[in-house]
Amino acid sequence: MRDRIRKLIAERKVVAVDVDTLSDTSDLYEAGLSSFASIQFMLALEDEFDIEFPERMLTRKTFASIEAIDRSIAELIGEQV
Amino acid sequence: MDALSQTAPAPGQGGAKEFLDQLFSAGVLTETGVDGLYGRSGDFEEVIERFETLVTRYAGADKAERIHFPPGMPRPMLEKSGYLKSFPQLAGCVHSFMGGEADHARLLQMLANGEDWTDLQQATDVVLTPAACYPLYPTVAKRGPMPDGGVLFDLKSYCFRHEPSQDPARMQLFRMREYVRIGSPEEVRAFRESWLERGPELIRSLGLPCEIDLANDPFFGRAGKMLANNQRDQGLKFELLIPVANEKPTACLSFNYHQDHFGTLWGIQQADGTPAHSACVGFGLERVALALFRHHGMKVADWPQSVRAVLWG
Repeated sequence: MRDRIRKLIAERKVVAVDVDTLSDTSDLYEAGLSSFASIQFMLALEDEFDIEFPERMLTRKTFASIEAIDRSIAELIGEQV
Repeated sequence: MDALSQTAPAPGQGGAKEFLDQLFSAGVLTETGVDGLYGRSGDFEEVIERFETLVTRYAGADKAERIHFPPGMPRPMLEKSGYLKSFPQLAGCVHSFMGGEADHARLLQMLANGEDWTDLQQATDVVLTPAACYPLYPTVAKRGPMPDGGVLFDLKSYCFRHEPSQDPARMQLFRMREYVRIGSPEEVRAFRESWLERGPELIRSLGLPCEIDLANDPFFGRAGKMLANNQRDQGLKFELLIPVANEKPTACLSFNYHQDHFGTLWGIQQADGTPAHSACVGFGLERVALALFRHHGMKVADWPQSVRAVLWG
């Protein structure tokens, strides 16, 4: 799943740096993720994984790192990858 | 001191509609038939003028450049600003008749028949200004890189937000006075800090109770929920709240740190070429005036001497 998230970050140019330079725990906001971009990214993740983030997850923390996104998505689709 | 004078109804009592009716019957506001669109009395206007003078006194040493734009701004400017991403529900676009004589005859016929004549209207290049500072950023960007130390502006405009309500503190057309600081992150944060101290001091000098609280803008939809959460998490918006006519106190001043949002969007550069940061303090002029009428009574001549001295002294 993390690879799919990485692919999406690269395709959508979500951050200002090369996604390969990011670790799973790197702070995406520090890497250039803006508020508006994080919304586009959220919608793209919903499309990609066929999920809908509930309101409680619509926070900065949910999208702060690849690991954090992975955790939230796993929780939503009910499977650990 | 307890700012509630004896003439003040307790905050939260009576409700917004009752306060609005009091303002109408006292002649402070005049009904027009559209919620949120009111005439203002001479006293009401004078209170706003005096309050603005007080604000200028507090800001005096800062030497802001004053620049006033009309309450309409170029449509492309609003489109680029991102306002429609965040607040599509509040925006107002000016439409006009652009047809020929045959269309005019149809228009009159539709009017006479009580039909919806607005079908014959087309969008103009003008939108109503949603916040006094929106036309400023592209203006500053055009001037080229900023001088060392950044810039400070003093703005005021009638603003439009489409949110009809019988809460007098939620008007569709209202005035916003703003100071906008553009510069380095440190400069703009220091500016906001200074107003977070001055704001409550200024409001308390008018015998009004207030508190500062973390806030968020009313962003639209699910994406907006996320923007609002981001804004709160990062402490980007604070409001000065005064009990006016609702159970919840009303935001009368706001203190906003935009980070480099407008700097990047419009290409405003610091002296070293990096995107500028910006912050603003906004005064809801009608809201402050309403707070004064709510707490000190409908007749300004009867307001406490201490308050009159600050405003008229």
